Amino acid sequence: MERRGPGPVPVRMTVNGVTYELTVPPRRTLLDALREDLGLTGAKRVCDEGTCGACTVSLDGQAVYSCLVLAVECEGRTVETVEGLIRDGELHPVQEAFIEHDAAQCGFCTPGQIMALKALLDQNPRASLEDIRQTVAGNLCRCGAYPKIIAAGLTAAGVVAARAAAKAPEDGGAGA
Amino acid sequence: MPELRKTVVEIEGRLHEEYVVVDGEDLPAWPEDRVLSRVGQPLPRVDARAKVTGTARFTHDIQLPGMLHARILRSPHPHARLRRIDVSGALAVPGVLAVLTHENVPELGWPGRPLFDTVLRYQGAEVAAVVAVDEAAATDALDKISVEYEPLPFVVDLEAAVEPDAPRVYPEGNVSADEASVYVRGDTDQGFAEADVVVEANFRTAAQLHNCFETHGSVCSWDGGRLTVWDSTQHVFGVRKTLAQAFGLPMHDVRVIKQFMGGGFGSKGGTGRYTVIAALLARQTGRPVKLLLDRREENLATGHRHNTLQYIKLGARSDGTLTAIYHQVFAGVGAWGWVAPVGGPARELYRCPNVKTEEYAVCLNLGPDSAFRAPGYVEGTVALEGAMDDLAVALGMDPIELRLRNYADTNQPRNLPYSGKGLREAYRIGAELMGWHLRETTGYLPRKRTILATLGGGGNHSPEGEQPPAGPGGVEDLVCWPGTQPEDLPPHRRRGLGMASQIWGGGGGPPAHAEVRVNPDATVTVATGTQDIGTGTRTVLAQVAAEELSIPVEHVRVLLGDTEAGPYGPISAGSLTVASVGPAVRAAAADARRQLVELAASLLDAKVEELILKDGRVEVAGSPERGIALRELTARLGNFMVTGHGSRGPNPEDVAVHTFGAQFAEVEVDLETGAVEVTRIVAVHDSGRIINPLTTSSQVEGGVIQGLGFALSEERAVDPQTGRVLSADLENYRIPTALDVPIIDHVMVPGADLAANNLGAKGVGEPPIIPTAAAVANAVYDALGIRPTDLPLTRPRVLAAIKRLEEAAQAVEAGAESGKEQAGEGGTR
Ligand code: FES
Ligand code: FES
Repeated sequence: MERRGPGPVPVRMTVNGVTYELTVPPRRTLLDALREDLGLTGAKRVCDEGTCGACTVSLDGQAVYSCLVLAVECEGRTVETVEGLIRDGELHPVQEAFIEHDAAQCGFCTPGQIMALKALLDQNPRASLEDIRQTVAGNLCRCGAYPKIIAAGLTAAGVVAARAAAKAPEDGGAGA
Repeated sequence: MPELRKTVVEIEGRLHEEYVVVDGEDLPAWPEDRVLSRVGQPLPRVDARAKVTGTARFTHDIQLPGMLHARILRSPHPHARLRRIDVSGALAVPGVLAVLTHENVPELGWPGRPLFDTVLRYQGAEVAAVVAVDEAAATDALDKISVEYEPLPFVVDLEAAVEPDAPRVYPEGNVSADEASVYVRGDTDQGFAEADVVVEANFRTAAQLHNCFETHGSVCSWDGGRLTVWDSTQHVFGVRKTLAQAFGLPMHDVRVIKQFMGGGFGSKGGTGRYTVIAALLARQTGRPVKLLLDRREENLATGHRHNTLQYIKLGARSDGTLTAIYHQVFAGVGAWGWVAPVGGPARELYRCPNVKTEEYAVCLNLGPDSAFRAPGYVEGTVALEGAMDDLAVALGMDPIELRLRNYADTNQPRNLPYSGKGLREAYRIGAELMGWHLRETTGYLPRKRTILATLGGGGNHSPEGEQPPAGPGGVEDLVCWPGTQPEDLPPHRRRGLGMASQIWGGGGGPPAHAEVRVNPDATVTVATGTQDIGTGTRTVLAQVAAEELSIPVEHVRVLLGDTEAGPYGPISAGSLTVASVGPAVRAAAADARRQLVELAASLLDAKVEELILKDGRVEVAGSPERGIALRELTARLGNFMVTGHGSRGPNPEDVAVHTFGAQFAEVEVDLETGAVEVTRIVAVHDSGRIINPLTTSSQVEGGVIQGLGFALSEERAVDPQTGRVLSADLENYRIPTALDVPIIDHVMVPGADLAANNLGAKGVGEPPIIPTAAAVANAVYDALGIRPTDLPLTRPRVLAAIKRLEEAAQAVEAGAESGKEQAGEGGTR
């Protein structure tokens, strides 16, 4: 009799605000669980080994390469994918800026780029050019959309910073 | 009366004859001074929203009910005979439905090489395919196939492969002189005899891997006798034709769909063996099958830009006028493949009466090659433009002056004038933007450089210094004192400026067809069988239709990438889409417009000639009160649909249509580490009228960035001991990252090419990658005073060049010492 590992196990995770209970083989990556089990095909598989960033999603608010995370590690955790960024029909400022600047050529790396930048701006609403460059350095783009991805990141950072300032006037106001 | 004519179409440096039906005059191009309100606008892509929200459906994203997954077992050996294969273990894996091998693969009308062969000529050659309920089961099953291989002698090195006693990929030998592509114009022997100065150089360029982010793959589904295929392809109609042939089906029983594609860059032009395998497994199991390659398979088996070994020799009079060009190319095509037109630039770029080019395919035990964005021209431009800079140095001329001296107003191989050529303008704009004049004074290199020495022996190639056996070899390096360096540079850094020219086709041609359907609410559907491979085709076609119909671009939807959505569209390659499909869409829109105006004429009781269609209204010119809104007009017709048809007309017979450009590079070279940093690129291109400046700028930047990868870091590395590819992943194969990108300034030379087609527009996809590496290499030459001739310019190669430079300096010093003793004998020439 051949040796067999543990069979599929149940995992409960929240994805884009919805809680799912999935039954996944232990070796299934978060990327594959999102794409195959949940039909959320925004995150892309390009290298499947943590080199390119096309599979980037947000896990508990951190940008992660979902091809390097096992689905079973996500028990009780919160995942956000590019499909979850629309709020009431409104795009996230990063998405808007990508459209405006033509930051997506073929579009295959785009969801990963957007999720990486979105996580940066969530953590640092006053991100600088250098922050943006360093962030997308982990997201390859074969079409070479980099100049426009960086421009879009800057535009989005401006919008996010302005919104943050409007929300909390005391924080960016008179004393600053 | 419609008439069938033949017309010449250039695709990627090769001429083809195509039939075209001519029925009356084609529309004239919009004149230069015509104010266009949709064409020429920097509009965001019409499909950008789908891309940023994750709803764009790529082939990878297709999921069908009951869909199975297939995977391919590939040869681990560069060359082996398949002795025995046992798939019983694989069939025992739970969830596995079938395994295909050479033993059980059905007979097909597939025109390609056997899907599974018993002699495996490269690492990655197909051995078997497994289909299972999911990818994991299919992958497990691959491990359970037991194969007995008999390893055979292999050759993976281009220079080794041309040796007579090299291991043979085929019994006939690795280089076939019969199949060489030889071009001769005039008499090069005489041309070199007439020359005052002759320069010669060897160049090597590495195999560049496409690394499309979406790997090659297909989803195949049979519905009775009909086959539907979602394929990551640059040519849905081409795949349809080959699959119909392979499976013996009428063409209308094959449908090929490609809505979004994660890059192709030339590698997705044909029909994949994986597609045929997936279709076979789907037929066998009666269920849809998805077969996607993984990153390693992608890099082993789906093509590459062939590596080259090039020898080039230029002869010129002392005023710089070229008298002869000889260019010899050996290209490592892999287990099979084609030689791209590496000699194209040498044949076309400069006015020269005596030219000879020879291009040889060399087979290697590596995956077959394929087109890669401007195939051949990228590699050939490195050699030609490098040699032109050598010539400029030898003559003490400014590189641009030398190029202008040899400016060609005609396409010499075809003996036709160019329809438009903005290269002179590109030189002027680029030189100004880059500050080229600084090269002459201080700051950069002085215009006239002292030739310090000539180093003999072809040792300029690899760090190991072996000599190429194939070419005439033994060429000498020109080594120069670098000029004054800018004061702001630390002593271990050198700055240099370089430039290079670009020539390419991009004129497109027939066949290309389109339909424009005007809906009852006056929205418009453009249907055409082309595809958008990430270049922005949907957007520019919407702009063209909107312009002709004078309606907002948002009112146009473009259906493409589906053999059942619209009439035939050509392959998306050769920078031909805008110039081929665009004019067909304009013609179809004009046909719809004519019908709308005729309908309005009867409703308004006006003459057709009096009416104009403008901004969504048809009205009598001069009396706008006698008019009707387009929407009202179409609504009155109920569900009658106005349908316009259009085709691309023949190419002009008396001119050759080409694109041109020039790029300038500024680099800094670190003398201690050998690192080349490109600090700025200026790209100036002439592609006629630009339909969308925003998407064009993305094409230019993307081309330059891929060109920088080719120049500096991208190289398929192969282990000579085992014949295995060491860089089949994105970790070891280095594509540029966001941090590697310099400032890229780009300008399109203004003006439309009115003779080219009814848009006055030419292609822009490939031109920007062509001169980048050559400009960077020339800038490194300028910085160092010695030319590293092997690309990519990695640190070891640059350091080896620097070492040679130091040796030359020492030799000169020693010569000067002894010169003191024997007065008059100097080390310089
Ligand atoms: S697919 Fe996850 S990093 Fe490349
Ligand atoms: S847009 Fe194509 S890979 Fe980034």
